Amino acid sequence: MTQLQEVSVDDIKHLVSERAIQGETVLLNMGPQHPSTHGVLRLLLELDGETVVNCIPDIGFLHTGIEKNMESKTYEKANVMTDRLDYLNTVGNNLAYSMAVEKLVELDVPDRAQSIRVILAELQRIASHLIWLGTTGLDVAAMSTFLYCFRERESILDILELCSGQRMMTTFIRPGGLWRDVPVEFEAAVREFIKIFPRRVDEYEALLSRNPLFLDRTFGIGTVTAEEALNFGMTGPPLRASGVKWDLRKARPYSGYEQYDFEVPTRSEGDVYARYIVRIEELRQSLKIVEQALNKMPLGPVRSSDHKFVPPPRSEIGVNMEALIHHFKLWTEGYSTPKGSIYNAVESPRGELGVYLVSDGGPKPYRIHWRTPSFDNLQALPFMAKGVLVADLVAIIGSVDIVLGDVDR
Amino acid sequence: MQPEFETTIQVLKKNFKAQVSEFRGDVRVNLPAESIVPAGKMLRDELGFNLLSTMTAVDYWPEQKPRFDVLYQFTSVTHILSLSVLVQVPGINPSLPTISGVFKNAIWRERELWDMFGIKFEGHPDLRRILMPADWEGHPLRKDYPLGYEEPHFTFNFEEIDLRKPYAKE
Repeated sequence: MTQLQEVSVDDIKHLVSERAIQGETVLLNMGPQHPSTHGVLRLLLELDGETVVNCIPDIGFLHTGIEKNMESKTYEKANVMTDRLDYLNTVGNNLAYSMAVEKLVELDVPDRAQSIRVILAELQRIASHLIWLGTTGLDVAAMSTFLYCFRERESILDILELCSGQRMMTTFIRPGGLWRDVPVEFEAAVREFIKIFPRRVDEYEALLSRNPLFLDRTFGIGTVTAEEALNFGMTGPPLRASGVKWDLRKARPYSGYEQYDFEVPTRSEGDVYARYIVRIEELRQSLKIVEQALNKMPLGPVRSSDHKFVPPPRSEIGVNMEALIHHFKLWTEGYSTPKGSIYNAVESPRGELGVYLVSDGGPKPYRIHWRTPSFDNLQALPFMAKGVLVADLVAIIGSVDIVLGDVDR
Repeated sequence: MQPEFETTIQVLKKNFKAQVSEFRGDVRVNLPAESIVPAGKMLRDELGFNLLSTMTAVDYWPEQKPRFDVLYQFTSVTHILSLSVLVQVPGINPSLPTISGVFKNAIWRERELWDMFGIKFEGHPDLRRILMPADWEGHPLRKDYPLGYEEPHFTFNFEEIDLRKPYAKE
């Protein structure tokens, strides 16, 4: 049997109310191994009966030091680590990183690669939202949604596996383009998904959107106004659910998003239900983008031909001396980048995913900082959780859609 | 430089000793450390930069004066603009005034900077470590903090390494 330990609360005294010190309210530990905290989030709750008086998040259980590790890898090799940040948005992380490096060394990306990037990033967004939908359903006791969502997610992971050989950690998008062209089966697989998916979204909506039990658990809970959301640095669906039409794909289009016709869904209520509606609508919009990008996908190369930065094709290495030299230089020393620093942001399923990259002119990043959306979105949790029931707190955590790999880095 | 930046830059130049530079289309403003809080307030209330996207630092060790660059990335949702503000911090007793009174998400961002770089933020309501354990020594993202590694066990040297390997205390 484990022994009970005395724990000091001195260093968090200023975060709890006076009543907790006097013993009127209870301090309760929730997590880090709690299924509804979506990973290893630990919350210290101050409870008055079942009402949350204060909520103190404790993060860092999944801190892997990726930013420090990347400083010791060349630009090409550091790409592999980006998958491990936000493990539900691996393609999006590759995209953010590759775009940052391309901006730093001024590398052009062929059109075909841009189209495939958009298709994969949007499929990944759908997969990420499906996980969110399934787990949020579980949080508010709607078991069956989870099973349906994971069925569709599996077909997206199959498409990713078809392209890259990996279901999750793809590292398919590289600085200068893609790892390789997509196989011939790709188009048919995506078309099949486009055909079945709209009906499936209607099915999820039929299960939840007008379900009185779901409405009871989500309507008017965890409300944040637009001004508060911006002040807390929230981005992505939680911000759009509060009525701010802010989506980097529309505001500062990248990778050719300006060619595609899609809406940015917003709601004004800012509660759990509004975030649900916004994400459901985003599923449909993402599918619209995938279809347009697939129709427009041009033929051509998928990698930049600047072999100072992008490895030459394998077939050339045997016959071309320059190609062999480039290959050797790229895989031993890596490429040097101009001195300077840039900030580049893309829209991940959770919000603004930014990369701040500092180069000292060498082949390794001098410093790389990841602006991860979950980190800022989670900060608003204590504010949203004030005065709600513990059961509602679970729904609120679900609605923010945090990924702890994204929070802790 | 985009023409939309003109007013912002002029206001910052007039009120604070701002130096402006541009690299790859990113506009960067260098400000003295003491004016970051009034500048943040002015950016939010008068110039429409209502979102603090991120805060981070860069360590230029062994440089000491200044050693750190602290970056504030402001975004204007209304005008669709993004502005970097850089503040330089010396290596001995690095400290800055806190901006958490203006932008609430700076509370965690500044805790992260304290944890990772050891930069103190004066007036911060809750300056504890955030990602590393509370009893951790050192600040991992500093350049004089070596990247650690773990010795791999093999059959032939298992016991030898096992003896000196620091395991978690019971």
